[in-house]
Amino acid sequence: MRLITAVIKPFKLDEVKDALKSNGITGMTATEVRGFGRQGGHTETYRGAEYQIDFVPKVRLELVVEESQVDLVVDTIANAASTDKIGDGKIWVTAVERIVRIRTGEEGPSAI
Amino acid sequence: MTIDTGDTAWVLISAALVLFMTPGLAFFYGGMVRSRHVLGMLMQNIFSMGIISVLWSAVGYSLAFGGEGSLIGDFSHAFLADTSGASGSIPTLAFVAFQMMFAVITPALITGATADRLKFGAYAVLISVWALLVYFPVARWVWNENGWIFSMGALDFAGGAAIHINAGVAALAVVLVIGNRVGHGAEPMPPHNLPYTVLGTGILWFGWMGFNAGSALAASGVAAQAIVNTHLAAAAGMLGWLLIERRIAGHATTLGAASGAVAGLVAITPCAGFVGGASPLIIGGIAGVLCYAALQLKAKFNFDDSLDVIAVHLIGGLLGTILLGLFADTSVNEGGVDGLFYGGGAELLIDQTVAALAVMAYSFVVTFIIAKVIDGTMGLRIDEAAERVGLDQSQHAESAYQA
Repeated sequence: MRLITAVIKPFKLDEVKDALKSNGITGMTATEVRGFGRQGGHTETYRGAEYQIDFVPKVRLELVVEESQVDLVVDTIANAASTDKIGDGKIWVTAVERIVRIRTGEEGPSAI
Repeated sequence: MTIDTGDTAWVLISAALVLFMTPGLAFFYGGMVRSRHVLGMLMQNIFSMGIISVLWSAVGYSLAFGGEGSLIGDFSHAFLADTSGASGSIPTLAFVAFQMMFAVITPALITGATADRLKFGAYAVLISVWALLVYFPVARWVWNENGWIFSMGALDFAGGAAIHINAGVAALAVVLVIGNRVGHGAEPMPPHNLPYTVLGTGILWFGWMGFNAGSALAASGVAAQAIVNTHLAAAAGMLGWLLIERRIAGHATTLGAASGAVAGLVAITPCAGFVGGASPLIIGGIAGVLCYAALQLKAKFNFDDSLDVIAVHLIGGLLGTILLGLFADTSVNEGGVDGLFYGGGAELLIDQTVAALAVMAYSFVVTFIIAKVIDGTMGLRIDEAAERVGLDQSQHAESAYQA
């Protein structure tokens, strides 16, 4: 099992979700986050005072999948989240040791 | 003089309009602070509706409008004794109610300068003592027929000197005592909710119709002139601010539109019932440009007038008070005086300048002393840890926004 974490542009969330659902993915968790990478921030001006806003709003998407689905999910997210412009975000994959469905106590792939 | 029902109705409605400005001001300021201080800001503003109203009924009205003194009234109307008669064509109590709302909003204007660091208890003492020692006397000078500024012949239709110069320079005095916010100049402190600020601006603009046109104390042609002037000055103030802002900083901002409108409203306040024609457009437009320019100077002085009370209220109030000496026109209001541009010579301009300087000097000195005494006894400001946590939690044990 793998945890796939993607940080994407907020307005791409629905497209990514729909693309994943149409590929049979049944669950995911989205969080509003702030961050910066190469895109950097932007400046805002209030009554003539300029502020550098470094942290840009993003959405972090997390989902646990079976190993066989990792490439499909990563490619799907990458396609759906892409605008070909700086700041599209990143996707990374980490190993998951254990997963439990709280209601039933199921563990492993059947708990995904 | 018998009571006129039309006049009475208009002044009563105006009292309600002016009351509404204080929560409007709360949101105007509240949107500009950081989210952890927003309840503290709202609280300071609405608290003025509580404490100052009580003080006004107890002694404020009497000190401002009772007796015959040229500097201060007496206690003949304490707790609104002997107020059942008429003042001109309206019941005295309608005038009491209308003026009460002015007394409420004036100290609240100061809160913008001391945002995010003024201790609540100290604030309560500050505005109470300030109302007693500064606002009630200055209202006396400017608006009571026995007051020395009134007798001298200076004009202040709705409070350019009594309210905006007065509160603006008091804000400067308190800021010099309380010091800058933690992180001032080093950390970004952007407004946390500009939609609140725009909402507050709308409420202020709306309420200002009663503030200025109600000051005619009659449902009259002067009131109609004042409402037109008020609206046009706000409109021109917005345009003036946006033009210079866009030219200098690159964008026309919503905060700029809001600030420019308020600058125009401040500047027209002393002039509202004394000028006509294109004058409100000129006065408002100059206010928008000049108040924007004034706040660019703030950085050079390195004092933390957090929400620009000095640039908007002191500079706007001074501008309106002085420009009235040029633009006053007795064909608009025969109770006024002609200014320099309308054949009246320089006399009114000199009177206006004396009035402005006198209010500035008195308010600054007395406010500075009040702030120093409070700071030396109970302390004016919260400690650094409380400032980091925010006014909301440290002063009121509340949070505006639950996670």
